[in-house]
Amino acid sequence: MNNKELMLTAYKVRRHVLDAVHSAGSGHPGGSLSICEILSLLYFEEMKNLDTQNPGNPERDRFVLSKGHCSPALYGVLAEKGFFPKSNIMKFRQIDGILQGHPSLKDVPGVDMSTGSLGQGISTACGMALSAKLDNKDYRVYCVMGDGETEEGQVWEATMFAAHYKLDNLCAILDYNGLQIDGNIADVMSPIPLDEKFRAFNWNVIYVDAHDFDSLRDGFAKARACKGKPSILIAKSIKGKGVSFMENQAGWHGSAPNDEQYAQAISEIDAVIKELGGNI
Amino acid sequence: MSEKKATREAYGEALAEFGGQYDIIVLDADLSKSTKTDTFKKKYPERFINCGIAEGNMMAVAAGIASTGKIVFASTFAMFAAGRAFEQIRNSIAYPGLNVKIGATHAGISIGEDGASHQSVEDISLMRTIPNMVVISPADAFESRGAVLAAIKHNGPVYLRFGRLAVPYINDSSYKFELGKGVTLREGSDITIIATGLMVKQALDAGEVLAGEGINARVINIHTIKPIDKEIIIKVARETGAIVTAEEHSIYGGLGSAVAEVISENCPVKMKRVGINDKFGKSGKPLPLLEEYGLTAENIAVNARKLLNK
Ligand SMILES: Cc1ncc(C[n+]2csc(CCOP(=O)(O)OP(=O)(O)O)c2C)c(N)n1
Ligand SMILES: [Mg+2]
Repeated sequence: MNNKELMLTAYKVRRHVLDAVHSAGSGHPGGSLSICEILSLLYFEEMKNLDTQNPGNPERDRFVLSKGHCSPALYGVLAEKGFFPKSNIMKFRQIDGILQGHPSLKDVPGVDMSTGSLGQGISTACGMALSAKLDNKDYRVYCVMGDGETEEGQVWEATMFAAHYKLDNLCAILDYNGLQIDGNIADVMSPIPLDEKFRAFNWNVIYVDAHDFDSLRDGFAKARACKGKPSILIAKSIKGKGVSFMENQAGWHGSAPNDEQYAQAISEIDAVIKELGGNI
Repeated sequence: MSEKKATREAYGEALAEFGGQYDIIVLDADLSKSTKTDTFKKKYPERFINCGIAEGNMMAVAAGIASTGKIVFASTFAMFAAGRAFEQIRNSIAYPGLNVKIGATHAGISIGEDGASHQSVEDISLMRTIPNMVVISPADAFESRGAVLAAIKHNGPVYLRFGRLAVPYINDSSYKFELGKGVTLREGSDITIIATGLMVKQALDAGEVLAGEGINARVINIHTIKPIDKEIIIKVARETGAIVTAEEHSIYGGLGSAVAEVISENCPVKMKRVGINDKFGKSGKPLPLLEEYGLTAENIAVNARKLLNK
């Protein structure tokens, strides 16, 4: 896919995010909208051996959404990829749907790990990467974390583990949107500076723009080229990206738009989709 | 009465209400708007400490603050309190017997749409096994207020279990909360329903349904699951000869288990436990979920009939 097609995919995913949280009446739009380009590039270019007919293919690259509350973005990209019919999106968080509020390995085709309790996904990603090393397999493991999530001590236990076992097949992506639930990460419980912390833990630190495909592509290439240590892309992002009134607002972390707000948000997303030559 | 309020709401209000009279410190882990500790924060910002998304650290920090003589409330969702921070609670709070009150909100499957990862149905069991720990599961807003005050007055660790869902009042403003004392809400001689938390209302409704069929069910609210009111449990076992328990929690280790422990050693009678039957929850709206998992008046009544062979 070229950048334009990837962007079209990212905006279709944004549409799924809005459909999901609006139809459910709950969920987390902010942090979902900030990772749409990251997930689109991962699933449509970077990750290898994905097979929608055989989601459990043992040779596949793995993905862990450590900040599991952003499941709408993951479900959106999995649906675009074809792991399950898009109609499931409208059943997000509903009692008769498969799409659980937080990713569930046993319920949703294409999901590689159940997450939702912050700080644990990165450890599970370490386990997957270590297992690849033990089996001499060359699949890679990708893990998206939140910046607020790094306040969990377990993140640093995992960080130490990954460097100690030289897990260069592990690539973490930090969604650096600067916000958590109670406000700015700098005000609530500052984990800053994050880059220096990861470097001090002997990780390869790469700075990228979370909404720019060239920057992301370049970052993933650098991570792949780095041997002997794990890599992290510190992806500067905008929480709520793509919906003007949600951008950089902590209040949109975990609340669903009402009908009017939904219509407004969709019209903004659809305008971009149209501009990119996509049909709605 | 048709009025409703979530017990977490009452928790936040009680912290703000008693914060003037008592020198309490309130900790939270990036969930103050959800746990409702922000009601306290607005009134007493200097005594509110946000610990960020770091529950294990928060519990041990709470222990340290309490060791200097203060009363500390530490809040997060039940899953991340009793679950994630279990060992910090056990070793840093309960073992030294420190004065930390754990305000655990969003307990049970009635948290709803967040799904299984956030639905704590093991917390009563976990907390009940810890020596020194008092475990309280209030049924409505008035009981929650009373429980907070009792926790402040009790010297030692307390686990307070609150819900996200707005639940009907079963008490009124005259309600006096007595730590460790079961409350008889309905008299009856054929069978006893012992319930806790939001299942107390369901137990009362089941009592009504059964009465219409000529079965007189006694209804007991056990808000303090530990130390449990042995006296009232033995009494109802003797007087009614059959017990159904009801809780929004696993049938392993919670209220049903606690009641079974008491009666099996003192006065064995027939018993059934209504609760989550060794399953994870899932996403959905709270009421349909409670229905699907059998946490209803109807299912309590079904179990009561079964026990009485009716
Ligand atoms: C262990 C744990 N504690 C608390 C929560 C509740 N919670 C969900 S999202 C969130 C804030 C996350 O902030 P961040 O990691 O920055 O995510 P993003 O901004 O990307 O949405 C919190 C505290 C949780 N899911 N898990
Ligand atoms: Mg963030």
